[in-house]
Amino acid sequence: MTTPLFLANNPLLGAYQLATQQRRWQLVMGVVMVVLLSLLAAWGAEVDLFKFYENIGNFTSYIGRIFYLDSGLAAIRDPFEWFWGLDKWLWLLLETLMMAYVGTVLGALGAVLLCFMASKNMTRSAYLVFVTRRFMEFSRTVPEIVFALIFVFAFGLGPVAGVLAIAIHTMGALGKLFAEVVENVDMKPVQGVIATGGNWLEKIRFAVIPQVLSNFASYSLLRFEINVRGAAVLGFVGAGGIGETLISAIRKFYYSDVSALLILIILTVMIIDGLTEKLRHSLIGTEVYK
Amino acid sequence: MNALAIRNKFPQYFKKITRHGVVTISVAFFFLVLFAVSLVKLEFSVLRLFNGFTGLLDVVRLMFPPSADSWSTFYTYLKAMGETVAIAFLGTLLAAIIALPLSVLAARNTTINRIVHFLARRSFDTIRGVDILIWALIWINVVGLGPFAGLLAIVCADIGSFGKLFSEAIEAADRKPVDGIASTGGNSLHQIRFAIIPQVLPVFLSQVLYYFESNTRSATIIGIVGAGGIGLILSEQIRILEFQNVSFIILMILLVVSVIDWLCSKIRFSIIGKNLH
Repeated sequence: MTTPLFLANNPLLGAYQLATQQRRWQLVMGVVMVVLLSLLAAWGAEVDLFKFYENIGNFTSYIGRIFYLDSGLAAIRDPFEWFWGLDKWLWLLLETLMMAYVGTVLGALGAVLLCFMASKNMTRSAYLVFVTRRFMEFSRTVPEIVFALIFVFAFGLGPVAGVLAIAIHTMGALGKLFAEVVENVDMKPVQGVIATGGNWLEKIRFAVIPQVLSNFASYSLLRFEINVRGAAVLGFVGAGGIGETLISAIRKFYYSDVSALLILIILTVMIIDGLTEKLRHSLIGTEVYK
Repeated sequence: MNALAIRNKFPQYFKKITRHGVVTISVAFFFLVLFAVSLVKLEFSVLRLFNGFTGLLDVVRLMFPPSADSWSTFYTYLKAMGETVAIAFLGTLLAAIIALPLSVLAARNTTINRIVHFLARRSFDTIRGVDILIWALIWINVVGLGPFAGLLAIVCADIGSFGKLFSEAIEAADRKPVDGIASTGGNSLHQIRFAIIPQVLPVFLSQVLYYFESNTRSATIIGIVGAGGIGLILSEQIRILEFQNVSFIILMILLVVSVIDWLCSKIRFSIIGKNLH
């Protein structure tokens, strides 16, 4: 590229070219690094493109196969045969929803108790804040299915282990969000309560709770949505709900059952999402207009 | 002004029963009953909880001190952990690359027509409705047990999430640069390349980094169904009741996740500055 004469001795142009060159160089280096890391990761994850290419047909045929009954009939043409276990499955779905509900309530209660101890503006002791925060971090970083595995050993197979696993994970996740909300409250009402001689509990009850309640409820509903998805797979490790039926259908190649169960789960998740979104909007709505 | 005068001046605040109060109490009562019924139906009982918690205490006692038995098992764990991180890294990257063009179709302002928009949106929702563990099980049927199945599961699950997040970011992009490109005669591809992409790229990058971190957590569990990584070893150790090894592996997971969390936030800040996250 020839530079126009009037720009040839322009110091700005040189600086500009230097700057763009530098940025380009950085970009190239970044891309090269990502590519190298990807190759390393591909080696680590035993990526086998040949196997993938050879078997990708299995994936599409699997997706196709689950929509056919054992008799070779398209599942859609005989819905009664397709959803033969509907009564049992709906009951299991209800159990899954109840697990998510109870787990969310217990977890949210735990989070409410912990969040004040994890907020710098409510708790003087930096030590207590630190310990509470690390505890919440621990309970949300360990995946709930790992908790479920351990709880199944302690509490026996069944939904109790699943509920407790959801509860402890929810406590950690919501506790963090709740603490952030509490740290952002308006401190004037708090000072007002202190000025009238209120103690720690009264401060929280009359100055903080009214400010944060709608946010707490909104976050809890969002968590409920997530927990419904989570509860649907806890059955994989024997912790109750519909997951147990699903994993045995997948492992035993009951093709049409797999699709029927997946459709039921996806529909349930979508309905719950829609409902909670409506509820959350109405909650946030009242907040804005108050 | 004494209490009586205040009461007379603002009677609305001193009514014993308000309509709002009745509604609140009945809703609360409903949820309480639902909670109680669920507890019964889910077979909660005092005895079971008592036995469970005493059992759990034993488990926790058995977990100390965390240990990996020997150096060779430690290397096995380390290798499995590396596999997990590799799955998460590559899975996130591939999912982002695949989701990028699809999200353009799912955003209202860049899509081809309303039918494509609707279909793209619904497919993302459907993909997201299937949990990552279910994807892992399906891919195990296709490519066999091992980390490759886990990788493909993460790619699948994340295409749904990225598709949704990316398309929302595109929809939130400023319209003016698009108009600018259009006014100079650029076609819709030019508009996407020169007006939309520069606006949304930092947002995308920060979401990809965030998902890398959360996928590291997911990658630790897909091993439980046989899709490679540390989860396989963890669930084995739980089943054979080697709780010292269990706590060791859990500590390892916590450490790796927090290191990756720290790294990702560093990179995020250096790319987009502190105000966007």
